[in-house]
Amino acid sequence: MKSKNKIITPLEKELLKVAEAKVLSLEKKSGSDFEELHKALKVFKEKGLPDKNLEKWRNTDLFEWYQKPFSPVAEKEKFTKEVDDIFQCTVQGFDSNVVSILNGHYYSPERTTLQSFKNGLIIGSLAKAKTQYPQYFKKYYNKIAPVDTNEITAVNTLFAEDGVFIYVPDGVEVELPVQLIKLVNKRGLMLNTHNLIVLGKNSSFTFLHCDDSINHDDSFINTLTEVHLGENASLDLYKLQNINDETVLLNSSFFSMERNSRLKVNVLTFNGGSIRNELHVNLNGEGAEADLSGLYLMDKKQHIDNQVYVNHNAPHCNSNEVFKGILDEEASAVFNGYIFVERDAQKTNAFQRNNNILMTSTAKVNTMPFLEIYADDVQCSHGATVGQLDNEAMFYLMQRGIPFEDARMLLMFAFAAEITDDIKIETLKTNIDDMVKKRLRGELSICDRCVLHCTTPDKPIEFEIDLSKI
Amino acid sequence: MLLNIKNLHVAINGKEILKGFNLQVNKGEIHAIMGPNGTGKSTLAAAITGREGYEITEGEIIYKGQVINDWTPDKRANEGVFLSFQYPVEIPGVSMTNFMRTALNAKRQYQGLPQMKAGEFLKLMEQKKKLVEITAKLTNRSVNEGFSGGEKKKNEIFQMAMLEPTLAILDETDSGLDIDALKVVAKGVNELKSDENAFVVITHYQRLLDYIVPDFVHVMYGGRIVKSGGKGLALELEEQGYEWVKEQFGEE
Repeated sequence: MKSKNKIITPLEKELLKVAEAKVLSLEKKSGSDFEELHKALKVFKEKGLPDKNLEKWRNTDLFEWYQKPFSPVAEKEKFTKEVDDIFQCTVQGFDSNVVSILNGHYYSPERTTLQSFKNGLIIGSLAKAKTQYPQYFKKYYNKIAPVDTNEITAVNTLFAEDGVFIYVPDGVEVELPVQLIKLVNKRGLMLNTHNLIVLGKNSSFTFLHCDDSINHDDSFINTLTEVHLGENASLDLYKLQNINDETVLLNSSFFSMERNSRLKVNVLTFNGGSIRNELHVNLNGEGAEADLSGLYLMDKKQHIDNQVYVNHNAPHCNSNEVFKGILDEEASAVFNGYIFVERDAQKTNAFQRNNNILMTSTAKVNTMPFLEIYADDVQCSHGATVGQLDNEAMFYLMQRGIPFEDARMLLMFAFAAEITDDIKIETLKTNIDDMVKKRLRGELSICDRCVLHCTTPDKPIEFEIDLSKI
Repeated sequence: MLLNIKNLHVAINGKEILKGFNLQVNKGEIHAIMGPNGTGKSTLAAAITGREGYEITEGEIIYKGQVINDWTPDKRANEGVFLSFQYPVEIPGVSMTNFMRTALNAKRQYQGLPQMKAGEFLKLMEQKKKLVEITAKLTNRSVNEGFSGGEKKKNEIFQMAMLEPTLAILDETDSGLDIDALKVVAKGVNELKSDENAFVVITHYQRLLDYIVPDFVHVMYGGRIVKSGGKGLALELEEQGYEWVKEQFGEE
């Protein structure tokens, strides 16, 4: 299967079996979909699933997870009850347009599977949009993230049948954020979903992408999101990840950005067995700007890997990355920040920073900046820190009467606040702040509630009211 | 007696810094501790407040009649021990308001009192800010972050005013202060002084003592007090310097 003589894992065997059967059954049909599938199968046969022999996977070893033959095929559930009945996710005071994916399929009543609004905004199932709006697919689908980009995109192409499709027409500023809730309620599934988001010129949009678990069953999630930002378009993307310890989440997002477009990504990782976020940002037009930040709070034997690739393909673009994490117990984290500056991308500003706090001697971080610069008139910087909580600050707080645990909590929260303070939607920020506090206190669980639903904590949370806001 | 330090020996990383230190402080008194650099003045402050890494190898710190050698720093603080830091720590991300409110409520919880209401708290803050002439809005600022040297020291006295300690230790509060800031700090201290509390003022120079007038002056050298007297002793030291101390008590 693989070019190098490697062990074929049970998961790879299962995936290969299903993929080959799928390709065979489609053989008589033709069309570009089939070609892409064929290409993906070829890649998969050559490369299999990524393992730690690959440079980019050196510190994230999923071998153990590959021992389970997760099934890449899931029945589409009939819409019998509202998502709220499966999973509560209505945030108090937070107004959003909620869409959901259940076991890899778009979950909604038939009539709202693909909605188009008066202003031209389209929100709905990717599977359905593919046939209804082929023009957008022809232009963007598998184009921002080509099938053979890597092992993960190939696997995704082989099995993804649905996802979310969003189209924001030129000049439309969508005020109401769209919130995607992705759920799994069956054990042993590998879920591949593919999302496509297209933003026209001068448009703006806010998207929340939530990955949650509703039970403790195992699963393997592989999500691919392609995003196109037209000239002067603006996207705020929040990723919230609160999945159980039995779940692997691979979350790859690819962005193509035209002139003067603006992207803001905030990845908030609260819980999960093993999570890998890949952000591939292509600054293709002059004056484009990407602001990428992330916060991860892991414990037990959890693993988080943030891979950020920023390609400055045009001059006068700015990119800024700040990723921060607190790791407790035996948790481990990886941060790889790649900045690539093309020969003609003069006047580039690219900054990158990764700060980590290790709470124990068994927690681990691998952080690696990687800068490849071919232009000569650029400003780039990178920095990484790994440390403990500041002892001086701890003593200062305790000298004022604040007990050890609270002082520790206050400092951890302050550390995280640099990222959460950046959340522009006030109600969302309040919710996230509460989640961070709960998480740091070890009180956050993947209870059968949406991560955004923690507005009424069971216990009063101290430092709750920031009086600076009064 | 509020504070009674008996034959205190303190070591850092096995190196003995305090070598049989004795001091008695009663309520209503101001004690000045003076001496050349490196004689253990700051170590004394750290030992009284319970800082980690300062090992008491011998002797006792008795506060309000109880031996507090093993008390945690927060317990000492909540029992009324306050340290004005020589180098106040910057804590990015923790706003002054959150910090003070947490500290104040920690003390109230320790005392079995209910949490202070937000409005009441804000009023108290405004009132105490005036005492040390802090005009800036502290609310949006992180603890000591971006504060000038003078602001940091004023901020220490402000916190002292908020927490109303019984025993306040001022560690080199005058260092880095211009004369105007020094007067403000001293005024704050004098207004907080009462028959129910006491101050231990650690200082290198006599200057501060023009404004905070001590009842007792102690000269510290080689990890212990070598001479005690009234406020006149400070003037004597100012005139003669510390050379005579070194001569009389030996070079360390």
